Amino acid sequence: MTGNAVLQFFFFAVVTMALALPCAGYLTRVFSKEPSAVERGIGRILGAGFWTQQNWGAYAFSVLFFNALGGAVLFWILTHQRHLPWNPQNLGNLSPAFAFNVAVAFVTNTDWQSYGGEATLSYFSQRIGLTVQNYLSAATGIAVAFAVVRGFVRKENAALGNFYADVVRVTLYVLLPLALVFSLFLVGQGVPQNMSPYVQASPLGGGQQVIAQGPVASQVAIKVLGSNGGGFFGVNGAHPYENPTPLSNFAQMVSLLFLPIALVLAFGRMVGDRRQGWSLFASMTILFLILLAMCVYGEQAAHPALAGLNVNQTISDINLGGNMEGKEARFGIFNSALWTVAATATSNGAVNSMLDSYMPLGGLVPLFSLLVGEVIYGGVGCGLYGILVYVLITVFIAGLMVGRTPEYLGKKIEAQEIKLAVIAMLLYPVCVLGFGVISLLTPEGANSITAYGPHGLTQTIYAYASAAANNGSAFAGFNGNTTFQNVMLGIVMLIGRFGMIVPVLAIAGSLAVKKITPASGGTFPTHGGMFVVLLTGIIVVFGGLTYFPALALGPVAEHLALFAR
Amino acid sequence: MSKKPTRSSLFDPALLRDAVAGAFVKLAPASLARNPVMLTVEVASVTATFFTLRDALAGKPFAVGLQIALWLWFTVLFGNFAEAVAEGRGKAQADSLRKTKTMTLAKKVSSIEATSFKTIPAAELHMGDLIVAEAGDIIPGDGDVVQGIATVDESSITGESAPVIRESGGDRSAVTGGTQIISDRIVVEIRANPGESFLDRMIGLVEGAKRQKTPNEIALTILLVGLTLIFLIVCVTLQGFAIYSGAPIPLLYLIALLITLIPTTIGGLLSAIGIAGMDRLVTFNVIAKSGRAVEAAGDIDTLLLDKTGTITLGNRMASAFIPVCGAEEKELAEAALLSSLADDTPEGKSIVRLAEEKYGLSAAEGRTSDMRFVAFSAHTRVSGVDTDSLSIRKGAPDSILVLCGKGGNAEIARAVESVAKTGGTPLLVARDKNILGVVHLKDIIKTGIHERFMTLRRMGIRTVMITGDNPITAAAIAAEAGVDDFLAEASPEKKLELIRHEQAAGKLVAMCGDGSNDAPALAQADVGVAMNTGTMAAREAGNMIDLDSDPTKLIEVVMIGKQLLMSRGALTTFSIANDIAKYFAIIPALFMGVFPAMKVLNVMGLTSPESAILSAIIFNALVLIGLVPLALRGVKYSPAPASVVLRRNLLVYGGGGIVVPFVGIKAIDVVVSGLMGG
Repeated sequence: MTGNAVLQFFFFAVVTMALALPCAGYLTRVFSKEPSAVERGIGRILGAGFWTQQNWGAYAFSVLFFNALGGAVLFWILTHQRHLPWNPQNLGNLSPAFAFNVAVAFVTNTDWQSYGGEATLSYFSQRIGLTVQNYLSAATGIAVAFAVVRGFVRKENAALGNFYADVVRVTLYVLLPLALVFSLFLVGQGVPQNMSPYVQASPLGGGQQVIAQGPVASQVAIKVLGSNGGGFFGVNGAHPYENPTPLSNFAQMVSLLFLPIALVLAFGRMVGDRRQGWSLFASMTILFLILLAMCVYGEQAAHPALAGLNVNQTISDINLGGNMEGKEARFGIFNSALWTVAATATSNGAVNSMLDSYMPLGGLVPLFSLLVGEVIYGGVGCGLYGILVYVLITVFIAGLMVGRTPEYLGKKIEAQEIKLAVIAMLLYPVCVLGFGVISLLTPEGANSITAYGPHGLTQTIYAYASAAANNGSAFAGFNGNTTFQNVMLGIVMLIGRFGMIVPVLAIAGSLAVKKITPASGGTFPTHGGMFVVLLTGIIVVFGGLTYFPALALGPVAEHLALFAR
Repeated sequence: MSKKPTRSSLFDPALLRDAVAGAFVKLAPASLARNPVMLTVEVASVTATFFTLRDALAGKPFAVGLQIALWLWFTVLFGNFAEAVAEGRGKAQADSLRKTKTMTLAKKVSSIEATSFKTIPAAELHMGDLIVAEAGDIIPGDGDVVQGIATVDESSITGESAPVIRESGGDRSAVTGGTQIISDRIVVEIRANPGESFLDRMIGLVEGAKRQKTPNEIALTILLVGLTLIFLIVCVTLQGFAIYSGAPIPLLYLIALLITLIPTTIGGLLSAIGIAGMDRLVTFNVIAKSGRAVEAAGDIDTLLLDKTGTITLGNRMASAFIPVCGAEEKELAEAALLSSLADDTPEGKSIVRLAEEKYGLSAAEGRTSDMRFVAFSAHTRVSGVDTDSLSIRKGAPDSILVLCGKGGNAEIARAVESVAKTGGTPLLVARDKNILGVVHLKDIIKTGIHERFMTLRRMGIRTVMITGDNPITAAAIAAEAGVDDFLAEASPEKKLELIRHEQAAGKLVAMCGDGSNDAPALAQADVGVAMNTGTMAAREAGNMIDLDSDPTKLIEVVMIGKQLLMSRGALTTFSIANDIAKYFAIIPALFMGVFPAMKVLNVMGLTSPESAILSAIIFNALVLIGLVPLALRGVKYSPAPASVVLRRNLLVYGGGGIVVPFVGIKAIDVVVSGLMGG
C-alpha cells in the first residue's frame, strides 16, 4: 500500500466509526424504546397480532410468512410488468424462472443480479418491487438480530418480541431516515432520480447511444445501507449514474460498513456489556484488515505474464500499476479493493469493479468472506446472528477446555444449541460445495462457465457462495441467467437465508427460557484478547478446513500456476 | 471404615489382554452405533477392505489399498481398545468396592425388657426390629426411641455441635442412623427397611454397564457428528471438483482423506474419557450415581459446607479457663482437670490437655485412690468427682448455678456471656458448691481448611458455611475459617431456601450432608454428596456418596468434574488442529499430477502421493493410541482462573495440535518411503 492508500484508509476508518458509534447508541434505543404514536397507529391497523409477544416458533413463522408474501408480490410484479405503469421503455415480462430468481434474490437480501436492470426491469418493478424489498429484507435481518439478542437478554421467558412490530420499528426509525438523507446526498452528487424515458445521445465517436434514466438515487441509497447490493444498472457501482464522483464512492463505501458495525456494537449495549460488542468487532476487524491487505497486495502486484514485456506496473503518482483490468480508472486499485472487501464482507455484494478480472489471490479474498458466511461485520442483522453461531461453537470448545459447561452471556450452551448451530454451520457446505459441484458437473450448469480450468471452478463456487451467503456479487463471467442457474441459485439463496434464520431463532428461543448464570472466576470471559483470538481462529480454521480442497483446485491452483512461470 | 480401592496401574498386562479382546468384540456395529464418528471409520474400513479385495481378485496392484484398509481397521480397534481399557479399570475398581462393607454393628434385642442382645450388621436390620444403644455406640439405623433417655451427638447430621436429648414418647423420640450416643442407654425401634445395597447399585454404574452419556458429552457428540458430516460433504464434493479438474481421486485415497479429517482422535477417546472420569472418582472413594452429577460438579458456583466436621473438628475444645469470684486461674484449672479425669468425651479430654499444657498440671499426679466419679447424664447435665475431702462439679451454666444456688451473681453471668459472645460454649466448674470459673470450649478450625477455601476461590467457587450456631458464633468461625458467607441458625427449611435462592440466581449449588433432614436439600442441590455414615434418606437424596464421609472431598469432586470436560475440550481442539497438517500432506499429493505448481504446498516434502496418504492415516491411528494414557488420566488441572487455564490448554493442545502432525507425518513418511523404496 502506498502512503496515499494508507491515508485514505485512515480517513475512511475514522468516518465509518464516527457514524457507527452514535448509530450503535441509536439502535439500542430503537431496540428498547416504547412504541411511538406512529407505531401504535400502525398497530391499530394491523390488529392484535402486532402486539402479541411471539415465541421463537411464532416469530420464525412470521418471518417466513411475511417474506413469502413479499416474494409472491414481487414475483407477480416481475411477471406482469408489461401491463403495469411506469414502463416508458416497454420492457417485457420476465419468464417464471427468471422472475423466481430475481424475487428470491431480493427477498433474501441477496440481490443476485442475473439481469441488467436498465435492460430488463421497468421503473415500477425497480421502484415498487425491488426497492420495497430492499427495505423489507434489510428490516427482516435486523428484526431477527433483535429477536436473537432478546434470547440472550431474557430470563426464563420464551418471548422474543413481535416480528411485525420489529420490522415496522426498524424501517421507520432506522432505514427510512438514513436512506432519505443518503438519497438526497446522492442526488446532490449527480445520481438521477426521475421517471423519464431513456435518452438518445449522439456521442462524438459517431453512432447512437442510449443513456438509461430512472429513480436511481432512492434505490442506490438503500442498496448500500441495507446490505442489499442490487444495482439499478447492470454494472452496479461502476456505473457513473450510480456512483458518479469520488465523494459518492467514498460515501457509499462508508455506508456499506457503518450500519453492520453499529449493529455489532449495539449488541454489546443491548446485552448490557459493551465489551461483548467490542470483542466481536475486534475479531471482525482483524479479519477485515487481513483480507483488505491481501486483496490490495494481490491486485497491486505486478502481473507475471506482463513481466517480460515493456510494461510499467509499478505504482506512482501518474501510474495506477498492478492489475487494472475490470477496474474504473477513476477509482484505481485501492478504492476498488476496499469497496470489494467491504461489500463482500458485509453481504452487500455491490461492486464498483469486476471481480472476475481480479488476480487469483485478489479474487480469493471476497470468496473467502462469502465462504465463512458473511460474518466479517456481515449484512445488517445477519452478520450479527451469523457470528453468534461461530461464537457458540467457540464458547463451547473454550468452555470445555476450562472445565465448565460452556456458557455465553450467562446462558448455558447445551446440546440443543449445539445441534442448531451445527445445522446452521452445515448449510453453507451443502449449498456451496453440494450445489456447486452439481452445477459444475452437469452440462446445463457447466454452460454458465466462461473460463476453463481452475478459474471456471472459482466462478461456479463464487456464484454459489454468493447466493448462499446472500451476498449477490458475482464473478460476472459466470452466466447466471439460465433456467438451471436461476432455479438452483434461487434455491440456494432461500436455504442460505431462511435455513439460517430458523435455527438461529430456535437457538434464541432455547436460550431465552434459560436462567442467566452470573459470571464467576471459573467462567471463561468472552471479552478481551483471548476470546478475540480464539473466535478469529475458529472462523478461519472452520472456514479453511471446509473449503481448503475446493479453494486449492480453484484460486490457489490458478495463483500457483500463474506465478510458477 | 472403608478400604481404599486398590488402583490398578495404567497398563496392567492382564487388563491389557482383556482390553485387546474387548477391542475386537466392540467392532459389532450395534456397539459402535453409540459413537457415530467411529462407526463412520468402521464403514470406511469395510468399504476400503472391499475395494482392496476387488483389486486383488482382479489382479490389480493392491499393496497401498491393503495398507490403507489395515490402518483404518487399526483406527477403529485403537478407539475400541481405549474404551475397553477404561471399562476394565472400572471393573477392577468395582471388584474392590464389593469388598468394602459398612462396619456399623447393631445390638439387636428380642424385646424391650430383654437384657441380652445379639450383634448383627446394621445392614441386616429390618423395620420393626428393636435394638439397644448405649453410651459410645453409633445408632445403626433410623428409628424411634421406645425406652429410655439419652444425649445424642447429632453433629454429623445437623451441624449443631451441642448434644441433643432423645427420649421415648413425645416429639424427641426420633433417632437417626449414624449419630452417636453420648450418655445413657436407649432402646430403639427401627423404622426403615434396608434398601437394596447402595454399594451394589453403584458398582453397576462404575462398571460402565449402565453408563449414560452426560449432557456435555451429548452436545460434544453432536458437534463431532456435525464435523463428520461437513468433512463427508467436503470429500464427496472434492471428487466432483477433482473430476472437473481432470484428476479424479482413487476411491481408497478419498476414504483415507475422509478418515484423517473427521475428528477420530476425540471420537475414539470420548467414551474412555467419560468412564475414566467416573473411575477417578472411585479412587477418591466417591461414588457418583450418574456422570451428569460429576459434570455438574465442574460447574459449581456455590458450595455449602456444614460447619461441624467439615470446617471445624467435630467437637469443641477447651481453650481457656476464666476464674470468677476471686478464684485463682490455676485453682480453676486444677478443679477442671480433676473433674475431667474420667470424662472420655473429646471435650473432657481437651480440658485435661489444656490444664496440663498451660498450667503444668499432671493428670496422673492428680489422680487419687479415693476418687468417685460422677458421670455426665442427660438428667443432671453435670459431671464431676468426689473425694473424701472435696466435691467438684462441672456442667452447663444453668445446672451448676442451680446446684450451687448462685442464680443472681452478675460476675458469673458476665463471664458466661463473654464466652458465648465469641462463639464458644461456657462450662461452669464448682468446688464444694463454690463456683471457681468458666471453661471456654471453642470450635477448632481444621488445619489446612483455610487453604482449601482459597483454592476454591481461585476456581471461582463461593463457599457458604452452614451452622446451627447463632449468628455471632457463626460470624466468628466464618471469619476464622475464611469462608465467603455463612448461614447461621440453619434449619432444614433455611438450608433448602438458601439453595433455591442461589439456584434462582442461576447458580449451581453443591452441598454435602448426611442427616435425614438434609435429604430435601441434598435432592434440591445440583450436586448433593451424601456421607456414607449418613442416613438412608440422605443417601437416597444425594447424587454422590462419599465412602470416607469427608465433606472436604467436594473439592476433589469439582476438580474431577472439570478435568473431565477439559480432557474432552483439549482433545477436540487437538483433533481439529491436526487437520491443517493433514490437508497439507494429502491435497498436494492428490493434485500435484495435474497442477505441478502445487508442489509448493507440499511443505513437509513428502516423498510420494502414496507415502503421503499412508503417513497421514498411520499418524491418525497412532495418535489415537498414543493419547489413550492422557484420556485415562485426564488433562492436568490446577486451580486457576478460567482465562489462565484456557491459555495454557490452547497453547498445549491447540498449538501442539497444529505442530505435532507436521513433525509426525514427516517422520512416518521417512520410515514408510524407506520401507517402500527398500
